[in-house]
Amino acid sequence: MEDLRLMERVADTTRTKITARGVQVYYGEKHALKDVDVDILDKTVTAFIGPSGCGKSTFLRCLNRMNDTVASARVSGTILLDGEDIYDRGVDPVQLRARVGMVFQKPNPFPKSIYENVAYGPRIHGLTRSKAELDAIVEASLRKAALWNEVKDRLADTGTGLSGGQQQRLCIARAVATHPEVLLMDEPCSALDPIATAQVEELIDELRAHFSVVIVTHSMQQAARVSQRTAFFHLGNLVEYGETGQVFTNPKDPRTESYITGRIG
Amino acid sequence: MTLVAFSILFAAALGGYILNRMAADRIRKGGARLHSLSGFHGMYSALVVGLPGLFLLTIWLILQGPVSENLMMSGLPDGVLDGLDAGKIALIRSEITQIANGNVFGTPDPWKIEAAERLISLNAAGDRLMVVSVALLVLAGLVYARSRVSSEFRARHGVEAIILGLMVGCSGMAVVTTAGIVFSLIYESWAFFELIPLQDFLFGLNWEPQIAIRADQVAGAGAFGVIPVFLGTLVIMTVALVIAVPIGLFAAIYLNEFAAARTRNIVKPLLEILSGIPTIVYGFFAILTVAPFLREMAAGAGLTISPNTALAGGGVMAIMLIPFISSFTDDALAAVPQSLRDGSLALGATRGETMLKVLFPAAIPGIVGGVLLAVSRAIGETMIVVMAAGLIAKLTINPLDSVTTVTVQIVTLLIGDTEFDNPKTLAAFALGMLLFVITLGINILALRIVRKYRELYD
Repeated sequence: MEDLRLMERVADTTRTKITARGVQVYYGEKHALKDVDVDILDKTVTAFIGPSGCGKSTFLRCLNRMNDTVASARVSGTILLDGEDIYDRGVDPVQLRARVGMVFQKPNPFPKSIYENVAYGPRIHGLTRSKAELDAIVEASLRKAALWNEVKDRLADTGTGLSGGQQQRLCIARAVATHPEVLLMDEPCSALDPIATAQVEELIDELRAHFSVVIVTHSMQQAARVSQRTAFFHLGNLVEYGETGQVFTNPKDPRTESYITGRIG
Repeated sequence: MTLVAFSILFAAALGGYILNRMAADRIRKGGARLHSLSGFHGMYSALVVGLPGLFLLTIWLILQGPVSENLMMSGLPDGVLDGLDAGKIALIRSEITQIANGNVFGTPDPWKIEAAERLISLNAAGDRLMVVSVALLVLAGLVYARSRVSSEFRARHGVEAIILGLMVGCSGMAVVTTAGIVFSLIYESWAFFELIPLQDFLFGLNWEPQIAIRADQVAGAGAFGVIPVFLGTLVIMTVALVIAVPIGLFAAIYLNEFAAARTRNIVKPLLEILSGIPTIVYGFFAILTVAPFLREMAAGAGLTISPNTALAGGGVMAIMLIPFISSFTDDALAAVPQSLRDGSLALGATRGETMLKVLFPAAIPGIVGGVLLAVSRAIGETMIVVMAAGLIAKLTINPLDSVTTVTVQIVTLLIGDTEFDNPKTLAAFALGMLLFVITLGINILALRIVRKYRELYD
């Protein structure tokens, strides 16, 4: 773990972006997430790690209210984005999701052209007034997703024709195009090969300059490589949360240590 | 006698099963290792005994009647059939057959009674011969099957090969009958086009097929231009689709994406019940409810419309097509991966935007396929239009007018007096051929589109 230079991984800011207090999630009778308190910092990569079924993806989907689309899910507790309760009656989940973007486990480009995939968000939110402005957003988003050079000559080609890694970067560009303040990534590299994974990880580090990134991952190496802060979930509980370096080299909870050293999970 | 033959067959198959099974069990008890379980040895014998016997019996039952009648006819006294045409001879043949069956009308000529007695004895001899041949055949089967039993004999493979042959035969039957129907259509249409030139049929603007078959009938002069009939089909189909496509689409979109699970669980089965209603019931509904309603509406608006309108027939046909289109659309929408839905929602799109901009475009090929299948159903639909549409072929595209369709004309051409060397009757086959070619083309197109769309996501 020493070669990852973990101790250098400190957050650049201490400003809190998202505050979660006492978050509980039930899927029908199943208590999937138990009393989670987390502060997620701005312009920081936060990794959620833990064994399968520990609640990390469930918590991630609370942050942009994607759990609303699951009929059996019930969420309680408070989640504040810039001090504003996102589960307040007055908050429109549709607008919230424009501010909190999401990238999924499996690349899911729409069966449209590359250009239309990226322009989708800006179009539905009316972010641009002219074609030129839209072109500029599409180009900037593709550049931020490190995809521009590969696709600039074939923007009219269909997005589903790209390779897996390119598709995932296209999905990142699509999420970036709505100018989110937080980007949620649900195991974004689990369907990718090692080279594409490396590209996406590098990209995550660059995206940190613009907004805060929350990434769910199965791979502890990936969490150690990309994140400044790490949260360890186990059986629906948030066991430990802190600086990535501290969590990986000097965990306070014995369960964290067991997981990191490979004894559970 | 037939019952006796079937009993022999059944008993022999059962006996073969038991015999071979016991023989196989004996080999096993003797210490040798069997290739197949003894049950397969028994099954092999039952199949080898039963199938050829069943085949022979079926053929025999089909052929015995005609063969013994022919023998009887050729044995008639010389001179009684002299100077009679084919129709008269057929009449005498059926009269004698009736007498043999005990249906005697009046006092038949003595030679007819004699012939009937001969027919009865021929049939009795045929029955006896049938039982004997079936018995011989199953005996041969039993001996053959029993002789195969040994520890190396692969009875399991034998049974599977026979069953495979049976399955091939069944699927072949479906293909052969379809081919037969197509062939008879082509044959009769050919006869029609020898009487009426093809270009007169395809491009003629007049359809008056009710020509006289007997000299004393008052009837039309005879014109076989298919365009007005075809136009009528098009008008009714267009009316039906204009109503059914939007309603079916919106119903499916609502049920698939917006309805609560409880609503969906109630409404979807209800919609599917609609497609189970026999079309003749829709026909009642069309003439007894929709047509009078339209007439009153039109009267209220100061219009006079014909009692049978294309609108009434097309409207009721639309009700029949709605569940069809909506269930196809629903399947197409449900086949769009959940990940696309999530992707769109996560970007802050509403459910409506997600439907309009992502799900619907992705499902379009499936929906188009469904609509095309609905088109071919609308073209081929008969009962509703027979009851609700008119009989007279008019060259019009006014949906408030009475029109007729290809299917209605086929029905009217084939009821009442018919004669198979007459263009009136043969025209029905030409219309059927036309209908067949068109729906076949549409179905092929629809299936190609549906298949292409399946490849996209699987």
